[in-house]
Amino acid sequence: MSEHTVPADLSGHMLDLDEDEDLEVFSKSTSLADGSSMPNSPSSMVNQYRLEEDDEEQQNGNTKDIFITVDNPESHVTAIETFIMYRVLTKTTRSEFDSCEYEVHRRYQDFLWLRSKLEENYPTLIIHPLPEKFVMKGMVERFSNDFIETRRKALHRFLNKISEHPILSYNQHFKVFLTAQELAPHRKQSAGFLSRMGETVRAVANSVRGLSSRPEEFTLMQEYLENFSNKICSVNKVTQRVIKEQREYLDELKQYSPTYVQWAGLEGELAEPLKDVASCVERCSKETEEQIQHLSQVLLPILHEYVLCGETLKAVMRRRDNIQAEFEAKNETLASKKADKEAMQVEVDGLADRVEMANNALKGDWSHWQNSMRTDLKSAFISTAEKNVEYYEKCLAVWELFLLSQRVEPRKELDEEDVS
Amino acid sequence: MVERETALLRKMEINVTEAEKRSGKNTVNMQETYTVYLIETRPAETVPEGGTPAVPDTLWRRYSEFELLRTYLLVTYPYIIIPPLPEKRAEFVWHKLSADNLDPDFVERRRVGLENFLLRVASHPVLSNDKIFFRFLTELDMCDLVLHQVDSRLKSLSAMFRVKNPDKRFTALKQYSDELNTVISHLLRVRARVADRLYGVYKVHGNYGRVFSEWSAIEKEMGDGLQSAGHHMDTYAASIDDILEEEEHYADQVKEYLFYTDAVRSVCRKHELSQYDLEMAAQDLAYKKQQKEELATGIVRVFSLKGMTSKLFGQESQEQREIRLAALEQSIQEGEETVKEKNAECQEFVRTAWEDIERFKEQKDKDLREALISYAVVQISMCKKGIQVWSNAKECFSKM
Repeated sequence: MSEHTVPADLSGHMLDLDEDEDLEVFSKSTSLADGSSMPNSPSSMVNQYRLEEDDEEQQNGNTKDIFITVDNPESHVTAIETFIMYRVLTKTTRSEFDSCEYEVHRRYQDFLWLRSKLEENYPTLIIHPLPEKFVMKGMVERFSNDFIETRRKALHRFLNKISEHPILSYNQHFKVFLTAQELAPHRKQSAGFLSRMGETVRAVANSVRGLSSRPEEFTLMQEYLENFSNKICSVNKVTQRVIKEQREYLDELKQYSPTYVQWAGLEGELAEPLKDVASCVERCSKETEEQIQHLSQVLLPILHEYVLCGETLKAVMRRRDNIQAEFEAKNETLASKKADKEAMQVEVDGLADRVEMANNALKGDWSHWQNSMRTDLKSAFISTAEKNVEYYEKCLAVWELFLLSQRVEPRKELDEEDVS
Repeated sequence: MVERETALLRKMEINVTEAEKRSGKNTVNMQETYTVYLIETRPAETVPEGGTPAVPDTLWRRYSEFELLRTYLLVTYPYIIIPPLPEKRAEFVWHKLSADNLDPDFVERRRVGLENFLLRVASHPVLSNDKIFFRFLTELDMCDLVLHQVDSRLKSLSAMFRVKNPDKRFTALKQYSDELNTVISHLLRVRARVADRLYGVYKVHGNYGRVFSEWSAIEKEMGDGLQSAGHHMDTYAASIDDILEEEEHYADQVKEYLFYTDAVRSVCRKHELSQYDLEMAAQDLAYKKQQKEELATGIVRVFSLKGMTSKLFGQESQEQREIRLAALEQSIQEGEETVKEKNAECQEFVRTAWEDIERFKEQKDKDLREALISYAVVQISMCKKGIQVWSNAKECFSKM
């Protein structure tokens, strides 16, 4: 048996989080996206001003000119299916909008459509992920209130992320999504399917060829992404585990308070302090319940979204690589051609522009995304810490009140000991 | 525990200060390892400023010797609720706490428990005057202790004898004691489970420390904030060890009263025993008187072998009858003496026992109230630590 006080056997509590032990750690000092060295290609010039805007100022609401809410989930039943409709309310002062207020109803599929259109239009922009289609874990009922509420909040965040994005928020499809009473006709118009097919075929072809050289900054980005994805998944796992342990603790706590009440039933003088302790324990378990709720509803959803972001970003990197690969393929073909070079040269030049645009878009959006990520996670962590402080403050008050009722002074010496 | 002033405690200070492992051969000549505890006694004079306290008298004893002492006290003072010893084996342990008798934590808690036991005896108005107890504290040789055997009837838990007229107060007390035993056992079991779960919650947060640290390495702006927040998560995870250790003291205080219920039950049983003896003696006397009456009047009311044989083989002679009558008279007189004696014994037992019970009730209410207060103090300490850690973490997150 060990000679130490409490055996430091944490193995049961330390989670196996790392799958890749020898991941290269991305150095902090390299700057990824300074956004300052942008070549003068036409389309990127148009957006340059907006990209360099201070995103935090935008989020403050000082320059915010569009406000969107997603609420009011309602069940719709047809002969074929049952689904949820969400109300999307938009208030805006933008001149592109005919009115300043819109109320439409959208279902999850409509959001999926919007996102895929945006991805199509801007393959190398970082578009916020949607909540998952179906959650297997925890056997959550598709129409349980918790599930619907979690989804509603995520959809709300999604639309707001789009509206805060300097480029995406001015997209036509986005406007249609927010304003058209009936989305179905617009959905039918887009030739998305065919072009997506083409893209997939090209992507497969290119991945077989491989890239000749990826610009270093994107390699670094890729590395960072791998690590970030890994870490955010771990944080998510840990948080899930914390919630699980808290729930089990709460279950035991609920059985604890009644034992004091039972005992009080046998006693005379001792009955009152015993009952008081019972009610203290009960109060604390209520606070624990609230704390668990906060974790589940505030921290966990954000972490989950950034896990999904990791996947989104990987897809964006792949698409950028494909665009570059396509250009390189055509360029090679051009170099080996003997005659009829002019026509192909135009095509190659076009593809070169495309690469440049894609790279710039990604570079610009990268810092926007990083700031956004930092803000979101920072505020979620702060909120969690605040809630925990609140939890302990409330429990502290409960027990101090008990001491007072026993006409005992909370001893001052103890305070000094605890602070150390 | 509040120590009452007794003549003994006015004279001397008693401590159990150390524990040591020993090896030796036991009664069946097998090698065994056991722990001995150091009993220190010194005169209870106030030490002058800057003066050194008197060198204490010391002697080493093992747990089984304490058991012998307690058995002696049980037998010698049947009407007193004898303070319990700390548990022989660790019970109600939550999983991180060792159930091993040689584990340092267990030994330490047992040391405290043994000291507590001695102080309880030393502050008892009756027990503190016992000579054997005094010798236990000061002399090594204690052969006399081994000779005392507890009445085997008292050992049996099931009621093997039926008492017709027990004192109602004792019946109520026994019931209370049994119910208290059940309730406290249940409470201690649940508390251990709660402690277990709480341990899990805190320790899982240690993972945040690890991940934040790794994550901070790949971040520019967020790095410092994450890293330092991670350190606070480690602090949080580590803080539960001390908290639960403190809580264990509370559990021990409650446990003492769990064991006290056995002592209370034992006194109630002894009352039943003495009452039973009285009732048996009275019954015996009544029977003899009956016999005398039959012999005197010739009317057989009760079946007896003598009666049957005299019917079958003829009446005995007048002389024989008178001899028998005289013998019965003698027996009856003795019987009456016995009943008187037993009655006095019983009443004396009830009186002295009830005195001690009242004292015990007061002590119990006081001690347990204190225990509940100390529990609240532990909770408060835990909350304060939690507030500090999470406030610090929040500050770190703000720097992200």
